[in-house]
Amino acid sequence: MANSIKNEEIRRVLSVIVTNEDGVLSRISGLFAGRGYNIDSLTVAPVPETDFSRLTIVTCGNARVLEQIVKQLHKLIPTYKVIESVEFVEKEMALVKISINEDFNGLDAMLKAYNGTIADSGENFIVVMVADNSKRIANFLKAIKRYNPIEIVRSGSVALDI
Amino acid sequence: MDLNGSQMVVEALHKESVSVVFGYPGGAIMNVYDEIYKQNYFEHILTRHEQAAIHAADGYARASGKVGVAFVTSGPGFTNAVTGLATAYIDSVPMVVISGQVPISMIGTDAFQEIDAVGISRPCVKHNYLVKDAKDLPRILKEAFYIARSGRPGPVHVDIPKDVTAQIADFTYPDTITMKTYKPTYKGNKRQIKKVVDAIAQADRPILYIGGGAVNSGASELVREFAEFCGIPAVETLMARGVMGDSNPLLMGMVGMHGCYSANMAMSEADLMIAFGPRFDDRVTGKLSEFAKHAKVIHVDIDPSSIGKIVDIDFPIVGDLKNVLTDMLPLVKEKIDSDKYKSWRELLKRYDEIHPLGYNDNKDNIKPQWVIEEVGKILGDDAIISTDVGQHQMWTAQFYPFSRPRQFITSGGLGTMGFGFPAALGVKKAFPDKVSINISGDGSILMNIQELMTASVSKIPVINIILNNGFLGMVRQWQTFFYDKRYASTDLSAMQPDFVKLAESFGGRGFRVETKEEFVKALKEAVKSDAVCLIDVNVDRLEDVLPMVPAGGTLYNMILEHKE
Ligand SMILES: Cc1ncc(C[n+]2csc(CCOP(=O)(O)OP(=O)(O)O)c2C)c(N)n1
Ligand SMILES: [Mg+2]
Repeated sequence: MANSIKNEEIRRVLSVIVTNEDGVLSRISGLFAGRGYNIDSLTVAPVPETDFSRLTIVTCGNARVLEQIVKQLHKLIPTYKVIESVEFVEKEMALVKISINEDFNGLDAMLKAYNGTIADSGENFIVVMVADNSKRIANFLKAIKRYNPIEIVRSGSVALDI
Repeated sequence: MDLNGSQMVVEALHKESVSVVFGYPGGAIMNVYDEIYKQNYFEHILTRHEQAAIHAADGYARASGKVGVAFVTSGPGFTNAVTGLATAYIDSVPMVVISGQVPISMIGTDAFQEIDAVGISRPCVKHNYLVKDAKDLPRILKEAFYIARSGRPGPVHVDIPKDVTAQIADFTYPDTITMKTYKPTYKGNKRQIKKVVDAIAQADRPILYIGGGAVNSGASELVREFAEFCGIPAVETLMARGVMGDSNPLLMGMVGMHGCYSANMAMSEADLMIAFGPRFDDRVTGKLSEFAKHAKVIHVDIDPSSIGKIVDIDFPIVGDLKNVLTDMLPLVKEKIDSDKYKSWRELLKRYDEIHPLGYNDNKDNIKPQWVIEEVGKILGDDAIISTDVGQHQMWTAQFYPFSRPRQFITSGGLGTMGFGFPAALGVKKAFPDKVSINISGDGSILMNIQELMTASVSKIPVINIILNNGFLGMVRQWQTFFYDKRYASTDLSAMQPDFVKLAESFGGRGFRVETKEEFVKALKEAVKSDAVCLIDVNVDRLEDVLPMVPAGGTLYNMILEHKE
């Protein structure tokens, strides 16, 4: 028997289509918690014009764990489909609040590079927004540090297969 | 037809042909009990503890293959039921458990006897429901029974708030059901089946590894036919005991921690493992890196998540074993020649001769294994044997001559002490003409001893045989082997109940047995009796269950001798 050690950690984006009903999120989060699986991020929203919701879960684990995650998700009664994305567009969003007193020199260029915008502003601050893949969001958040962000909010990923 | 929620429950059970339910009432479920009182469709057995109600429904389901049904109230009624749900879930037992809940308007207020029941049951059941509106009840109950018995069976929990049990809505019970999101795979992939048969034809040392799935699938006949045609030796897990029938020479016996020498050696030396519905439990595999090291593995299971969970599988087949074998057998008959495995069979037979399953009987005291063999000699096929958990359970699995599936009722995956007696009550309700025996220990029997009352009042004459070793014997055995005989909290001998008086005080019959003659006499009297019986057998205190593979050890390294 080939009990090969497949221990390499792999990042995986899963889209799970589930019946849009009470408690379905707790079934999924409970499954991950109870079996010791990782959730890097999770987003949920209804699928337009259906009774379904779509969860996008970013997880990681070795090959055996990932296979089990998919099978265990399938096993939940409200699960309609589990899509293991291989080729897909993935976007995540970040909002960053920056004091108006900062020196905004170079901010424009940076936002341009990341396709970002100024989402809103108040008397004392502005809020900038970017949507990109996880890695580029992480880079953006590193770069934005020089403006001493007051607060950063990061969404989970959403993904669509291509 | 307009009905209130409670009437719907009663009608749905009737439509599902339920003939007996087990339960315990309380505030939140009283409306339902009022309707149970008024109906004549099914019998309700009042147990004396909610845990026992669930185990009784479980025993009923395991023995009959039908869905077991139980009722409990909210709060403590439900939490008492949780052990029962978990026990049934891990052993894939079809059940529907209905609990009361505080009214919807009070949910979330920490009301009297409120607990987040579906939150608690979620990891212990196949599926659960919190019913928010009576109009959903017909569908939910239909789904609950369907989910419980289809695919890989399991318990389903339905939590019904008290106001919903009074709410009136239309009741139209669906005849059929299709669920978009739940469609078990019953048919195995034909191409894969063909490949599997080729792999078997090429093997020199194939072993059949039979698990509980073979019982649930109702595939025992086909499994026997397969094994016999091919001449392939077989091992059974605890949950599969009875599938091959113990008189079958191809059966090497039980596999795993307390498996037979020949069975464990067969697994270790096979070049092809044909797994029919087991789940590669750690109590079977031992150390994974050494498990079936030389074998390619075929795994047939209805639950895809079982396949490849523990070990890599070379030939996975998702499907119902019965269907898969029906498709497989014609190919097998074309391609397999049983002569090919003759020397392999002979090798395993030799292994069995070197270290047969056995014990040293003696004259001075009663060996627990002797008791089980004797019950087997006297009752054999006429009895259905439940057990509690511990040494007595393993000895029963090893020494009772099981002839068919569903004859051995035991908590395998969870190992729940206190399971045996209530389960035996359920067994007796399913098969009133069989002798329902619970083989128990002096520790386990006290974990649901209050069921003596249920048995007496509801006239369910179950026979409890206590293999009384004055120890939590299985734990004591580990202490002997691995903790230098430091018997921390396992010696029960300082004081024990007078089991004879105990039984009598509940209206049952008690027997105290010191000799073999007394045992035979007591058992024969108990079988004739209409009363619930306790036979307290004084057995050799320090007997060990052997062979033994220490936890995490390798299957081929068994402890075969008692430790002096
Ligand atoms: C509810 C529960 N608690 C604890 C255990 C751990 N345990 C396993 S076997 C055992 C001893 C059982 O003693 P007894 O019923 O006398 O059986 P024996 O092993 O002596 O035959 C214990 C405590 C368990 N399996 N279930
Ligand atoms: Mg004991």
